[in-house]
Amino acid sequence: MNEAIAASGRRVQRVSRLTRILESEKVLATALLGPGVIILLVFIAYPFVMALWYSLTSIRVGDAGQFVGLANFSKAIQDTIFQQAFKNTVFYTFWATIFKLALGMWLALLLNRHFRFKRIVRASMLLPFIIPTVLSAFAWRWMFDPTFSVMNWALYHGGLITDRLPFLSSGDWAMWCAVVVNTWRGMPFFAITLLAGLQTISPDLHEAAALDGANAWHRFWHVTWPLLLPVTLVVVVFSVIQTFSDFQLIYVLTGGGPANSTHLIATYAYQIGVGSGLLGEGAALSLFMFPVLFAVVWVQLRYLKRMDNA
Amino acid sequence: MLIERKWKKWIYFYVPMAVFIVFTLFPFYWMAVTAFRPDNELYATWRQPNAAPLWTLQPTLEHVIGLLKTTAFPQWLWNTMAIAIVSTGISLVCGTFAGYALARLRFRGSEFLGTAIFITYLVPQTLLFIPLADIIRDMQLGNTPWALMLTYPTFLIPFCTWLLMGYFKTIPRELEECARIDGATRFGAMVRIIFPVAIPGILSAGIFAFTLSWNEFIYALVFMASAEQKTVPVGVVSELIRGDIFFWGQLMAGALLGSVPVAIVYSFFVEYYVTGLTGSVKG
Amino acid sequence: MANVSIRRLNKKYDNGFHAVKDVNLEIRDKEFLVLVGPSGCGKTTTLRMVAGLEEISSGEIRIGDTVVNDLPPMDRDIAMVFQNYALYPHKTVFANMAFGLQMRGYTKEEIRKRVHEAAEILGIQALLERKPRQLSGGQRQRVAVGRAIVRHPQVFLFDEPLSNLDAKLRVQMRVELKRLHERLETTAIYVTHDQVEAMTLGSRVVVMKDGFVQQLGEPLELYSRPANKFVAGFIGSPAMNFVDVSISGDGRWAETQGLRVQVPERLHAHGGKRVTLGVRPEALRVVNGADASSFATEVDVVEPLGNEILLNFRAGGVPMVARVDPGVRVKAHESIRFAPDPERLHFFDPQSEAAL
Repeated sequence: MNEAIAASGRRVQRVSRLTRILESEKVLATALLGPGVIILLVFIAYPFVMALWYSLTSIRVGDAGQFVGLANFSKAIQDTIFQQAFKNTVFYTFWATIFKLALGMWLALLLNRHFRFKRIVRASMLLPFIIPTVLSAFAWRWMFDPTFSVMNWALYHGGLITDRLPFLSSGDWAMWCAVVVNTWRGMPFFAITLLAGLQTISPDLHEAAALDGANAWHRFWHVTWPLLLPVTLVVVVFSVIQTFSDFQLIYVLTGGGPANSTHLIATYAYQIGVGSGLLGEGAALSLFMFPVLFAVVWVQLRYLKRMDNA
Repeated sequence: MLIERKWKKWIYFYVPMAVFIVFTLFPFYWMAVTAFRPDNELYATWRQPNAAPLWTLQPTLEHVIGLLKTTAFPQWLWNTMAIAIVSTGISLVCGTFAGYALARLRFRGSEFLGTAIFITYLVPQTLLFIPLADIIRDMQLGNTPWALMLTYPTFLIPFCTWLLMGYFKTIPRELEECARIDGATRFGAMVRIIFPVAIPGILSAGIFAFTLSWNEFIYALVFMASAEQKTVPVGVVSELIRGDIFFWGQLMAGALLGSVPVAIVYSFFVEYYVTGLTGSVKG
Repeated sequence: MANVSIRRLNKKYDNGFHAVKDVNLEIRDKEFLVLVGPSGCGKTTTLRMVAGLEEISSGEIRIGDTVVNDLPPMDRDIAMVFQNYALYPHKTVFANMAFGLQMRGYTKEEIRKRVHEAAEILGIQALLERKPRQLSGGQRQRVAVGRAIVRHPQVFLFDEPLSNLDAKLRVQMRVELKRLHERLETTAIYVTHDQVEAMTLGSRVVVMKDGFVQQLGEPLELYSRPANKFVAGFIGSPAMNFVDVSISGDGRWAETQGLRVQVPERLHAHGGKRVTLGVRPEALRVVNGADASSFATEVDVVEPLGNEILLNFRAGGVPMVARVDPGVRVKAHESIRFAPDPERLHFFDPQSEAAL
């Protein structure tokens, strides 16, 4: 089976048995995919199943609890804090995504020109995205601090306010502040990705449109935007998934307060599951994220398939 | 006409650009100023008449020194760096192998596996942290760096696989075919020919994974209990607030010093990072 | 003995596409065999199966005395030159050429010797330390050929190696490849879609279409005795002129509107049938007087090429081309008279397209 053609005077390869076995596509694929798949199975698939199981029991720290069916879920639905958290998460995701998209797109259009220091500007624009969220969120918290806020100082000395703005001390204000910080953080991601998309649009199209009489806004709306739609969609989906399941930002900015009014699903699940030790209920809370995420992903996969077939 | 053009440029470009730049970078400036400002200036309230928060005339290193000496910050830096390097390494190896297999080899179930790996990318950590904490404890890895070194790859591997799969697809098949005719085995052709050619893609995945690893918070928060084992994000959040009092000077010093390593590594690989970022979206 | 034997070779893809259908080829030792045909005819797939880059659906391939169906490429003692050269971008020219020898465990000394030998044959000694991106297209192609030569394989495989070169370079490289083959005397299988390359390079040529072998033979045989209408129209440029004609009852004349030619004796039995007549552009002579087989027509477009003139016209209801001496003086829309060479008429069955 494995005789190589060995004419006189030619050397025959000395290849170990192991490498010969790996000649087969199937075997090689298994060997290559093995390590990654194992890690994902052990640390994602298995815990996921466990999370499902926990959510159906009354398990808590130190007490295995018993099967309670959907009791955790119905408790969550009736929990006013959870209702607020769910609303907050939707509010937060919706507004932050819109702002990130709009500002990111604007920034991408600006960066698409040629100007001095472009490389440095582009590199530094990414810093909010690179720096650990927790650390920059702290900087923002300091900027919003009730007593020492630099923004209050600026607005006061600019004559725009007389009393301080309650940035993080009022539930509504705090949610908007969170939206601002999330936008600040996520805008570079949109900008850089949309920029790459912009660069694939041939300038010929803009020139033809300009000759046809379109002004800048029309050119954007009729040429740029439609051609960017695929990239935009993918970026939005990735961003929605990240933002909907966000934890770090609110945890640092408000901790969920004041009075549990700024919780997101993730932070509330943490508070119940780890803070109070009610693992079963915590798991149920975090599972509420899953249907939304799943729907978003499903929409994207459907759209992508349609793009592929078109 | 020329004059009109010029002010148009100012309004439509320079001004918005400047606003964006200030908006983006001001928090970092603020971090830096706070870190080097003495306490008496720091705690001047916003309405105080002689408050000048935007700069300081008496920069001081007391916060930085305090941070390095009285907290485990240096230890956190070391932990975070080690964990980032190891988990990035593991993820790159697994991701490169898996990306190659999915891009190049034909076998049943390759499409299913590709989609499955993509789906795991979307399962958020905030969903899994509760049962994972139990698993980590059962494996007796709680409060050790290995808890994170093994769990970080769960969100790094799917990303690396996805990115590298797209990258491998752009490498012409003929290179491998030629290598195999030249006498290399499949494995040999992959390692000696394809991987060297894919180095830019691997670097992109690597730098992106490295920054993701630094940014991770919730697993580190839940799995690491003792102060010496914490990572920088967790340490800064949990250890620098004593009682109800925020030591802002040290906090901002910690935030600043905690950001610097990532920023430095990033600055060497900006182009690769951007390629990784855009590649992950184009897929 | 480096003959290659392909028996009843088939390739069917998973989606049902039957790319190679029952191909039988016996390639002799030291022969230069060309597989030619339009895109999608199966020639490249066949080559890749010989190389071991595609799995065989059914049939057998032997190299020498060994059945190689299940042998991986590295064990088949073959070398291949790709259309896009496939040079390893991160290695120097020397390293590119040395790679195959390294894989087989040759000593450093031997490698150096062989690489320099091949480099000398191809005239690329000066390029050995450069990287592929620093080379021109023609130079890259030579390196690709050099990489194949150093291994002294039993069979060379070529996959459209000249397609990416500009026209002038292509002509030059064609001559060099032929010279190389004569010097090295190694069996070669060469795939191309260009019939000129096929005719000039091949000791024998295989014309393929839709996965089937249409004809196998020496170049001139394909030219003067094509087995079917497809081969007749594929070989030769400008292509053969085809027109539908009816054969008279006695089988001696074939005619259609305005056109009447003599039918060769061996085909007199086909009286009364409708057949397809084929005449090559170079088989049409300009005549002055009306003789039995001549026909008159009006010239449409004149294409002067310098060494000859191509005349486009209509006859028998179809567009035709004739190749004439540069001395012929005629302008567009003038009338002219042609007579086909009676020795060079081809007749084809209208349904099966086989030569009669």
